Amino acid sequence: MEQAERFQAIVDAEDKIEPTDWMPEEYRKTLIRQIAQHAHSEIIGMQPEGNWITRAPTLKRKAILMAKVQDEAGHGLYLYSAAETLGITRDEMMRLLHTGRHKYSSIFNYPTLTWADMGAIGWLVDGAAITNQVMLTRSSYGPYARAMVRICKEESFHQRQGYEIMLTLCRGTDEQKAMAQDALDRWWWPSLMMFGPHDAESTHTEQSMAWKIKRISNDELRRQFVDMTVPQADYLGLTVPDPELRRDDATGHYAYGEIDWDEFWTVVKGDGPMNRERLEAKNRAWDQGAWVREAASAHAAKHPAHQHRSA
Amino acid sequence: MPPNTLPTSIDPREETPLSYEVPLAPGEKLPDLPDRTIAAAGWPLWEVFVRQRRGLSHIHAGSLHAPDAETALQNARDVYTRRVEGVSLWVVRSDDITASDPDDAAELFEPFGEQPYRHATFYEIPDEVGHM
Repeated sequence: MEQAERFQAIVDAEDKIEPTDWMPEEYRKTLIRQIAQHAHSEIIGMQPEGNWITRAPTLKRKAILMAKVQDEAGHGLYLYSAAETLGITRDEMMRLLHTGRHKYSSIFNYPTLTWADMGAIGWLVDGAAITNQVMLTRSSYGPYARAMVRICKEESFHQRQGYEIMLTLCRGTDEQKAMAQDALDRWWWPSLMMFGPHDAESTHTEQSMAWKIKRISNDELRRQFVDMTVPQADYLGLTVPDPELRRDDATGHYAYGEIDWDEFWTVVKGDGPMNRERLEAKNRAWDQGAWVREAASAHAAKHPAHQHRSA
Repeated sequence: MPPNTLPTSIDPREETPLSYEVPLAPGEKLPDLPDRTIAAAGWPLWEVFVRQRRGLSHIHAGSLHAPDAETALQNARDVYTRRVEGVSLWVVRSDDITASDPDDAAELFEPFGEQPYRHATFYEIPDEVGHM
């Protein structure tokens, strides 16, 4: 059997492609781009939440937020490792991120203005991420699928802690509930945009589906998210900021209004509220960490043969 | 790099060309940042093995970059055991692992598939004999 046929046969049989297997060059490139940008999203995603660590309302919330932000770093590392198995180096990915040539999820180009945003991000942004990532646990590329299994286990904590923040605010004073509503108003539409363009406008979908990198279309994932999330908003007593939102009793699904695609493309192209600041902060952190990397390398060079007892 | 070679550590301080074209959205302009060489560390890759609990073997959990074994262990603890996933860690330089060639897989492993007599279920024992 020819290489390409053997590759597609493995994919079609729901078996996994592993790093040492032959793969089409486009498959490799598509995966590098997708996994690296997924990793960058985890890393840049630390910034909007890191913004509130020093201002968390209680010590408990602060400890939780630190654990969550540390998880995001961990998720980035799992994903960078998965991308490296495709033949790109970690340092090259860093360079692509730091120079703005690689994207990360546009959702992180919105500012976190109040404490309620920590609730809305966990509930909506991590909720949307889980919808996408659960699908990706069945991706055809083994290292990516394995990273996703790990990440999904941990994301569940993220979403639940976010919803609990919203619940606490909604059971609090009128002012606290208004803060929760304001956060939902600002994060709802950007969260729906996380699933990307409509299927008809999504150029990569068809090939990615054939290769089983992607298993479910953008619009179908978005529908799953809306169906899951609207009843959760109802329970909180909050109003989803979409006058066209209504439940279709025949199908059981929610119909919702059109996304502002001009805003979507503006943020993708780099002119969202926080694009510039996020990238500058990432570069600054990298530069300020240079002495740590140099010191660690110098230490390793001085002690070349550290031996460790086996466990 | 062809896809069937495992990446090895390179010195990233040497500027390397990008391994693929990065597409831009229609009308997108690149941000106004210099395309500088990032002074990276170029640390080697380590494979991490975690023993979930006593009585089980260490199982491969993933990999990470670190300058030395000691730092690799510390980082492995933070990256792979944040929820008490293990009671013991191994780290091994990825370069030190010798792997079987995937092209040899058929030759290496398939002959055993033709030897059902290596399995207990190959043999028929009358019920009267009881559990064996």
